[in-house]
Amino acid sequence: MNALVDCDIHNALTADALHRHLPQRWRTYHREYGRRMTPGDFYPKATPSAARTDAWPPGGGPPGSDLAFLRRQLLDAWPIEMGVLNPLLSIRNQYRDFDAAMASAANLCQIAEWLDPEPRLRASLVVPYENPSLAAEEIRRQRDERRFVQVLIPSRTSEPLGEPKYWPIYAAAVETGRPIGVHFGGWSGGHPISGAGWPAYYLEYHTGMCQTFSAHLISLVCHGVFEEFRDLKVVFIEGGLAWIPPLLWRLDRAWKKLKSENPRLTRAPSEYVREHLWMTTQPVEEPPEPGQFHRMLDDLAMPGHLLFATDYPHWDFDHPDHSLPATLAPELTRNIRRENARALYGGG
Amino acid sequence: MAKHVVGPAGEIPPGGRKIVEIAGRSVGIFNLAGEFFALRNRCPHQGAALCTGQLGGLVTAAAPGHYDLSRPGEMLRCPWHGWEFDVRTGQSWVDPQNVRVKRYPTELVKGPYLAESYRVSVEEELLVVEIS
Repeated sequence: MNALVDCDIHNALTADALHRHLPQRWRTYHREYGRRMTPGDFYPKATPSAARTDAWPPGGGPPGSDLAFLRRQLLDAWPIEMGVLNPLLSIRNQYRDFDAAMASAANLCQIAEWLDPEPRLRASLVVPYENPSLAAEEIRRQRDERRFVQVLIPSRTSEPLGEPKYWPIYAAAVETGRPIGVHFGGWSGGHPISGAGWPAYYLEYHTGMCQTFSAHLISLVCHGVFEEFRDLKVVFIEGGLAWIPPLLWRLDRAWKKLKSENPRLTRAPSEYVREHLWMTTQPVEEPPEPGQFHRMLDDLAMPGHLLFATDYPHWDFDHPDHSLPATLAPELTRNIRRENARALYGGG
Repeated sequence: MAKHVVGPAGEIPPGGRKIVEIAGRSVGIFNLAGEFFALRNRCPHQGAALCTGQLGGLVTAAAPGHYDLSRPGEMLRCPWHGWEFDVRTGQSWVDPQNVRVKRYPTELVKGPYLAESYRVSVEEELLVVEIS
């Protein structure tokens, strides 16, 4: 198979790894006080650490914590010429200075322990996203480290992402030439994943992932974020694809009738979305007939904005050779597997 | 169709398994309370090494609030996406009629066996897998 780019790899930054890059004051603080608990917002996953059961490094540590094992099980197992690390270390509003120190330590750790030893890797910047001014400082601090190819925000934020509260993050991202990657997960601060209340089953929760993404997409459009930041690129990671076309139909239809509510929106919502949004494939919808998948992509009409991802080492991992229908046009498959990501994230 | 001796039956205790290469295929052999079952070590979904997955029981629910756990150790869960397969039949739990993993017949034969690669005593039973 031809070379590919994996746009969603999870490297685990353990406490020990973070402590190697954290100032003494914050190492002590972390040991003495720890991080804020997140009662009631997480579900037990399908497997321990939500990982493939074969992804636990033989030398110990959680899945994704061992670069040599990750190389063997992922980067060398397929012709992955570039992989984007998304550490799911949600740094939320706890203690301002501690948040800032943890984010900086996470990024220094990624440079020293992941990017320097493995040239195929790129990474997302970890930022204290509920403190957008701090997040913007961290983004600018790493302005010149071009191996940080995007800014990472988990999808379970405390407010919808169109809120002006988050705009300093977008300003810094645009200024430093990076997309915003919104990845499933995080800690919402109390509200459920569903608009109708708390789900009981993990199947409900997992299926409900796309609800958080659709809420963010509507919010980003309605707040005029793509008018304010004409160069902003947003990547939805692990949010699915198939729900997007009907959402755009609904938005466009209602916008025509409700234009007077928000005169900032001068173009149809679908135009903003098709210009500013990218999506990773995993966990890609698997309709029973390949023709349904083709129709979905036709309705989406964003062939240049689809990015292949495995989500290694998680249990809902997509296999590079088996997750997209074999009936897709070869050029489209090549673009999804490689070219679109190279165009978005660069090859450098 | 060819029969392949994979070793002494006693190598795989009840509840145990062994993964072997036969005719270029990776095959998992399971011992369920003295009966041997051989499955292709490749998940029909996305190709993971299925036979390295966890063995568990079958959970069914005849009605809301009722749970029956049966057939302990006879359901195999893929290490990647957790698809479950019946070790006895190779049928998947998700779609038994259409999704199944290839199953190979097994039998036990008495030694002696003359191939040089297996050093087994005369009285030991040998496990044979038939690859089609």
